[in-house]
Amino acid sequence: MNPGTGRTWWKTAIGLLLTAIMLFPVYWMLNVSFTRDQHMRKSPPDWFPVHGTLDGYRTVLNQQLPYLATSLVIGLGTVVLTVALAAPAGYALAKLRPRGGGLLSFLLLVAQMIPGIIMAMGFYAIYLQLGLLQSVPGLIVADSTLAVPFAVLIFTAFMSGIPGELLQAAQVDGAGTLRSFRSVVLPMSRNALVTVSLFAFLWSWSDFVFASTLANGGAHEPITLGIYHYIGNNNQQWNAIMATAVVASLPATVILVLAQRYIAAGVTAGAVKD
Amino acid sequence: MNRTTHPPDRWPAPVRNGAAATVPPLPTRTAPRRRRPTSQQWAAWAFLAPVTLYLALFYAYPLYRNVDLSLRDYTVRSFVQGNAPFTGLENYHKVFDDPTFGPALTHTIVFTAMCLVFQYAIGLAMAVFFHQHFRLSATLRALFLVPWLLPLIVSASTWLWMLNSDSGVINAGLHAVGADPVNWLTSPSWSLTSVIIANIWIGVPFNLVVLYSGLQTIPANLYEAAALDGASAWRRFWSITFPLLRPVSAITLLLGLVYTLKVFDIIWIMTKGGPADSSTTFATWSYRLGFGNLLPAFGPGAAVGNLLVVAALIFGLVYLRVQRKQALS
Repeated sequence: MNPGTGRTWWKTAIGLLLTAIMLFPVYWMLNVSFTRDQHMRKSPPDWFPVHGTLDGYRTVLNQQLPYLATSLVIGLGTVVLTVALAAPAGYALAKLRPRGGGLLSFLLLVAQMIPGIIMAMGFYAIYLQLGLLQSVPGLIVADSTLAVPFAVLIFTAFMSGIPGELLQAAQVDGAGTLRSFRSVVLPMSRNALVTVSLFAFLWSWSDFVFASTLANGGAHEPITLGIYHYIGNNNQQWNAIMATAVVASLPATVILVLAQRYIAAGVTAGAVKD
Repeated sequence: MNRTTHPPDRWPAPVRNGAAATVPPLPTRTAPRRRRPTSQQWAAWAFLAPVTLYLALFYAYPLYRNVDLSLRDYTVRSFVQGNAPFTGLENYHKVFDDPTFGPALTHTIVFTAMCLVFQYAIGLAMAVFFHQHFRLSATLRALFLVPWLLPLIVSASTWLWMLNSDSGVINAGLHAVGADPVNWLTSPSWSLTSVIIANIWIGVPFNLVVLYSGLQTIPANLYEAAALDGASAWRRFWSITFPLLRPVSAITLLLGLVYTLKVFDIIWIMTKGGPADSSTTFATWSYRLGFGNLLPAFGPGAAVGNLLVVAALIFGLVYLRVQRKQALS
């Protein structure tokens, strides 16, 4: 298991090349975000931001901060709501074995298959009557539907792995069901908690379907709509559009750097269950 | 999930010819399982009550409203007043007779099939490549996740600018190798290809990660034995990797199918389904009917959407069946 670097350096080279091809659009987004307006339509384009400008980012700071703040609030709200709903449910399904739990797990799997457009249309009809259109709580609830079924299934899978002896020991010490959940199960489920929170945040931060159907034209629009309006109103200032895109990608980047293994675990857990 | 009440543990009945001495006793459990007490059932459902209520309010009810929408003649006014006349299946008839129906169906099938094939093939090739041991392998594999993590609006607008006819970097690249520029997004013959390319790019990481985790379950000694027998790398792939990966491949493709059927953001942001319906799928058509015009046609929009739900659920149930079968085996 110790291949000499002489034998594998060309594999590293190919790997670097493949990654470079794959990430080229991301590089291009960065490059364009620094390009000056007058060089935007240059042919051939500048391959590096040599005569770069921060104008695009200045525009973001001037125009997009409210959108970013809205997205942050909605993202955090979605995380809280998702965890609050899913953690107890995962505990019950994994450890308390209720009758009908199997059916509930099945429904959660099916819920993940429903196209977002359909949910959006249903939500629109309901929110119109309730007066919840263009409201932050309304968007939090709608965005949470992206994450809740996934979250319950992750929590269930993870909490199933907690040894029953621990819960029995807690019971012997006089802890009730709620107490064991709070003091034993929840602290031990930190990894699941992190995975679920990351995905709930990312999905709600990235949501475009609910934003454009339920929040369009309101006082609180998330950043995805901010970019969308930008493209619609203004297809000259691509450095500003791309600068906004870069800023909107920051959460994904930070999460990838800090919590790569949780992301990989979450992707596979969604598809291949043990 | 499928816990049944266990019969009380029994010791094996004594066997007359003495053979029982070699039969190990059935394993006894340290704590014999009993039927869960009723109080615990109550506690369990107390923990499940919020999610159950949530599913009913925020999944079942919107879906019901959507079916209801598709069976009535809704306008914005009747939405608020709640007096839309019931028209039965008329919206569905309208949708089937619409000139957009045929193209939307074809595009949905072509889009889904092309994305699936290329995402899977590229994802598998990358997974096999990165499964080897070399310097930076893990880091580069992690970087491959970036396209999947970016908000779709970001990916879509980046591709929008890259595929721009006059100033896009793709056409600049084509020019550099002497090829003619392509009107990627503005010509009806290329728009579907453009959104397919962008969506393949977004889907490769998912396939890579899932297939990579499948590769890790294949025992390494199989490859060692094959290498000893003189099997070439290509031969080892076709005789070991591919067959043993089949269960994971099935899951990946089915899940990809369910995901790709409902792709909306990418197409809508890049082409809005145009020009002239040339990249319209069921997902974008449904959205355009409901929200894309000044005069919304909620009924037909919901009808198109419900057709999409039916398709997604059919493949979704197939997925669950395959997954359950694999879990049992």
